[in-house]
Amino acid sequence: MNFDMLMSYTPRLLEGLWITLGITGLSVLIGLILAVPVALMRLSSFKILQWPSYFFVFYFRGTPLLVQLFLVYYGSGQFRVELTELGLWSYFREAYFCAVFTLTLNTCAYTAEILRGAIQSVPKGEVEAGRACGMSGALLYRRIILPSALRSAWPAYGNEVIFLMQASSLVSIITLLDLTGVARRIISETFAVYEVYLLIAGIYLAITYLLVFIFKRIEVYLQRHTQSMS
Amino acid sequence: MFDLDGYAPIIIAGIKNTLMVGLSAMFLAIIFGLIGAWAKTASNLMVRGFANTYTTVVRGVPELILLLLFYYGFPQLVQDLAESFGYELTVDLNPFLAGTLTIGFIYGAFCTEVFRGAFASIPPGQAESAKALGMSEALMYRRILLPQVMFYALPGLGNVWLVLIKATALISIIQLDEIMRMAKIAANATREPFTAYFLASLLFLAITVVSMVGQHYLEKKWSRAGAH
Repeated sequence: MNFDMLMSYTPRLLEGLWITLGITGLSVLIGLILAVPVALMRLSSFKILQWPSYFFVFYFRGTPLLVQLFLVYYGSGQFRVELTELGLWSYFREAYFCAVFTLTLNTCAYTAEILRGAIQSVPKGEVEAGRACGMSGALLYRRIILPSALRSAWPAYGNEVIFLMQASSLVSIITLLDLTGVARRIISETFAVYEVYLLIAGIYLAITYLLVFIFKRIEVYLQRHTQSMS
Repeated sequence: MFDLDGYAPIIIAGIKNTLMVGLSAMFLAIIFGLIGAWAKTASNLMVRGFANTYTTVVRGVPELILLLLFYYGFPQLVQDLAESFGYELTVDLNPFLAGTLTIGFIYGAFCTEVFRGAFASIPPGQAESAKALGMSEALMYRRILLPQVMFYALPGLGNVWLVLIKATALISIIQLDEIMRMAKIAANATREPFTAYFLASLLFLAITVVSMVGQHYLEKKWSRAGAH
């Protein structure tokens, strides 16, 4: 197996890369948006809001992502009649939808937990100062608490995004042709087992450290008020 | 609720293999972690380079790829090498061994970071007094540093364990009869995939809960013992 031959698979690998990045990007984006209300529910003083959020986060952080994927992709088949009636079956039949659906819920749970910790760690003085300036409720959250929480949550959130990107390789098991899926397909055609896997490992490594770099740059930007002006 | 035509006990029996792989892999990961943490602070540049490459690569590549690379790639590599020397050779890895080694190797990298932090938390006076008493490096590790490092490493190791035990679900794809694979068999046989996988997820949840309680208990017990 020579690497010239591997190069001829570049277009297919790029398609796989696109699916990996697409699934990761979509899940991260929707997951982040959903994580804010989940974290706020968890911090609410109403038990009826706290408990659903608590169990949701507990379940998705306490079980393997692979089980969650199978539960959605294969498990939905058990409710085919009900889902068809609701008009949802055409979605759950699609592996791509199931992958994004599961990864979104999964990252939402982890992100909500990160946000909860960050919101709780917002210095009391900042909140009091905001109140003293006459802010309350939504305005206080928008102007003071959430920006401050975002800053302290950023490093942990970066790790979560990187973990999710790597974990998205599991979608190859539910038949999707992401980077890992393409690799497995190429191997079944060429039998170049370790060459292809090593190449794919290198690509994941490159994406990981590119993400590390991007998140670090944004972190520096978010922390710019703490740096000296020189 | 979990009738599954009598398949439920089979899934539950999968816990045994899940725990066996998990505990063996954790044991391995702790060994890799201790070696890695020592290597990262070693004065030898090459040793340090190896340790840094190890943690960098393992944390940058998905577990699935590493597992496939080891389980399918490694035997192929050995066969190809043997062939180039004129031997005919068939290598087949045992799924239990391959899974344990891969998961142990991966989480060894995470344990390395845990132990590195834990060694750094031991007051420097401890190592200095050991040196002042004329202990060699090996003796100092055995008598002074290793007994204390576990106390500082415990919270971090607990977190590694919680992630590791969930990662063992991956080994089902190389056909080891743990919770996930038994659930898959039950799902196919009963045509109740949701029930089967939901039961599997609850079993993992149960392991997580028991582990968290155990971790809490150990931390309380050890913090009493290690109260300075």
